[in-house]
Amino acid sequence: MTKPTIHALSRRAVLRGTGALILAFSLSGRAFAQTETGASATPLRGLPGSLDATPRLDAWIRIAPDGNATIFTGKAELGQGIRTALLQVAAEELKLPLSRLDLITADTGRTPNEGYTAASHSVQDSGTAIRNAAAQVREILIGEAARRSGVSRADLTARDGVVTGPAGLSLGYGELVSDTLLHVDAAPTSTLTDPRDFTVMDRPVPRVDIPAKVTGGAAYVQDMRLPGMVHGRIVRPPSYGARLVALDAGPVEAMPGVLKVVRDGAFLGVIAEQEWTAIKAMRWLATLARWEETAQLPDEARLPEALMALPTRDTTILDVGQPDAPAFTLDTLFSRPYLAHGSIGPSCAIAYLEGDAMTVWTHTQGVYPLRDALAGLLAMPPEKVRCIHAEGAGCYGQNGADDAGADAAMLARALPGRPVRVQWMREQEHAWEPFGPGMVARVRAALGPDGAISAWQHDVWSQSHMMRPGPPGTLLAARDKAEPFPPAPPVDLPMPEGGGDRNAVPLYVLPNARAVNHFLPEMPLRGSSMRSLGGYLNVFAIESTMDELARRAGQDPVAFRMRHLQDERAKAVITTAAERFDWKDRPKPPAGGGYGFAFARYKNLEAYCAIALEVAIDADTGRLLVTRVAAAVDTGQVVNPDGVRNQIEGGIVQATSWTLFEGVRFDRRRITSVDWAAYPILRFSRVPRAVEVHIIPRPGLPFLGAGEAAQGPMGAALGNAIRDASGQRLATLPLDASRIRHAMMDPPPLR
Amino acid sequence: MITFTVNGTRRTIAAAPDTPLLYVLRGELELNGAKFGCGLGQCGACTVLVDGEPVFSCITPVMLLDERTVRTIEGLGSADAPGPVQAAFIAEQAAQCGYCIAGMVMRAQALLERDGDPDDDAILAALEPSLCRCGTHVRIVRAVKRAARTMAGKPMAGKVEAVR
Repeated sequence: MTKPTIHALSRRAVLRGTGALILAFSLSGRAFAQTETGASATPLRGLPGSLDATPRLDAWIRIAPDGNATIFTGKAELGQGIRTALLQVAAEELKLPLSRLDLITADTGRTPNEGYTAASHSVQDSGTAIRNAAAQVREILIGEAARRSGVSRADLTARDGVVTGPAGLSLGYGELVSDTLLHVDAAPTSTLTDPRDFTVMDRPVPRVDIPAKVTGGAAYVQDMRLPGMVHGRIVRPPSYGARLVALDAGPVEAMPGVLKVVRDGAFLGVIAEQEWTAIKAMRWLATLARWEETAQLPDEARLPEALMALPTRDTTILDVGQPDAPAFTLDTLFSRPYLAHGSIGPSCAIAYLEGDAMTVWTHTQGVYPLRDALAGLLAMPPEKVRCIHAEGAGCYGQNGADDAGADAAMLARALPGRPVRVQWMREQEHAWEPFGPGMVARVRAALGPDGAISAWQHDVWSQSHMMRPGPPGTLLAARDKAEPFPPAPPVDLPMPEGGGDRNAVPLYVLPNARAVNHFLPEMPLRGSSMRSLGGYLNVFAIESTMDELARRAGQDPVAFRMRHLQDERAKAVITTAAERFDWKDRPKPPAGGGYGFAFARYKNLEAYCAIALEVAIDADTGRLLVTRVAAAVDTGQVVNPDGVRNQIEGGIVQATSWTLFEGVRFDRRRITSVDWAAYPILRFSRVPRAVEVHIIPRPGLPFLGAGEAAQGPMGAALGNAIRDASGQRLATLPLDASRIRHAMMDPPPLR
Repeated sequence: MITFTVNGTRRTIAAAPDTPLLYVLRGELELNGAKFGCGLGQCGACTVLVDGEPVFSCITPVMLLDERTVRTIEGLGSADAPGPVQAAFIAEQAAQCGYCIAGMVMRAQALLERDGDPDDDAILAALEPSLCRCGTHVRIVRAVKRAARTMAGKPMAGKVEAVR
């Protein structure tokens, strides 16, 4: 598990932990392209995974004299189980037992720079790097044993941390390793273990972090207690861009237990010895502040129209054949509201200014980009700012993590020598996190005389899904300061992964098709990355349209998809989900019942996922219950099958919540959905009653991330099941009880 | 001064009487299990047991606890010697980020202490006040069923333990 590095507070310990390492290998540079992980879009050296940016083997793996290994990753545990998966990969290729491995995650003082832990790239980027590095380290150790013993390396075997050979030859990794042995660049190819010989990978190894999490261990940044630590809280403006016009902080400064009120322009914070005192001081300070509000938010009731009326930068991302049909069979406007990440634990960070060095413990997804942003914010050299990842609650994209890091750093700068812990309040997380953007997708499609799709057009409107640090202007504190940083420019993530247009290009083989990304440079509400980015709405739109076309053509929705696919792996997940659900022989549903099916390959590049499900709807209330789900997934080579299942199950349940319940609420000035009452999410009473996940084995194929594969198909399958039950096609998310009730009442059913 | 029993030990608390129990547990008593989630009694991350019943510690002033008995997840077992509910959550791998899990475990503990053989509806109802955002619900329900079997002296062999 992540042990908070409390010892690192002493300067000597910091040097002991990192100084030697910094001398031993140079961390990779800070050349960030505009990709979702921050990695270079084009290979630098042609090395596997993140080795391409950080080729030195000892940047990834160090072997101690006792033969135990420490693995370094620039990715972070976000609750997705990456810590366990990366340890499995390393143990498998190093031929060392898991218990002899330690893993250091994202830390600008110690680990490679792997950009952001995002986009389902962690196993692909870091897992690939560690796997190859571990295999090469193992071969180097075998080579060293051969050199020392004079035995041919073909006669040597590495197992359980020992190289053995004829005549009782036995050399432990600790004996073989020397200071310089692993200080070499990776080779382009590695001797990887054959999947048939796996003993650790492709096994459901229990997660190493769960025991602490179920027993009250110090598992999160929220749990860290540093010597001399004090508590900070922030007073945020009431709305975007509000100006602080008057504040007499005197009464709060005089409160017993309050150490400081920090003010820099409209950035307001309090620091107190005790956490509850800090909260009371924050509330009092909030009542004393007078603001002038200027925000002009869109009309929430007409959000799709408001988004489509904004200026756009258009990119045609697909154009084949003659997509302009004389008449379209279907022309549907799909939309989703802004969605909150909704972390159960509000964002938290601890910052500590000691001399001229700032250390920030943070649950950011990108320690290096945040380090750069904080250096800009604080006008400090980047090498004097260290960001260390410590787990927070699940984030599902960019929540308030980076902003809380900046808040803590602003307060810590005002109180040198004391670690300052800042946790956001619930209403701050709900109002100020960068939401998953509201979006619109219009899909037009025509059926030909043969019952196949003859023309297809997809248009999508969305603001940026990528407003993460680096630039200081991405941080709330930087915008509120007396001398504010300019707002960061909006990033339109390019294809093939895409941003708002992610998954807007259908995987189906369509002879006449066009897709256009209408990127909105303006941002009516603060937004950034949230799981699957535009993929959720685009898949919802495409799969709803596929389902509707199949119905219009009088074809089974599964067969209709199959006839438009050539990708064998896509066909395999669809076939498997349909078979496991018994789709062909599904009985006629009872009144209020319905079946839905949907499929996508995430980004058209990552995991394949197909979902079949059954719902039961109470027509009087519109209450929908998912009674059964069968999912099939192909994530390439699996590292931890139980981890994949956990991610897919989670995606299914989370997307059920998004689809049935969620939408950020606002008036023309303020975000109003500032708690769980105003922003309801799924509770246990509405949990899908039976969820099966079937994994297609793909031994030896590249890793594909699993964390975002299910969300799009699950949303679409729900819409298709409601269509099956009600006869009505719902295209405006969320598909909440009110909309479902109306659909169930609206005659005539089309079935 | 307020005195109450926490996980079997009598503690006298210096905090102001209006301080919510959560801040006393996490601050003065340095217990990590109960989490701040909303401060509004809406999410259940702060759930602990008071005289055997689940309460939202984030909205319970410590003054109400004088001479009462508080149990937190630390009182159920440790990573090396987990209690039956904790062991069931580990066996089912019923966590992703895990931030909500301590609250879930405490609700399950309270349920199983008053009903040794709860049906699905009883489990769902007991857990309803607690939110999970990772979508681990299906596993959490399985873990509660597994714990019920263990506590009834009929432990499940189960696929999960078999492969681990």
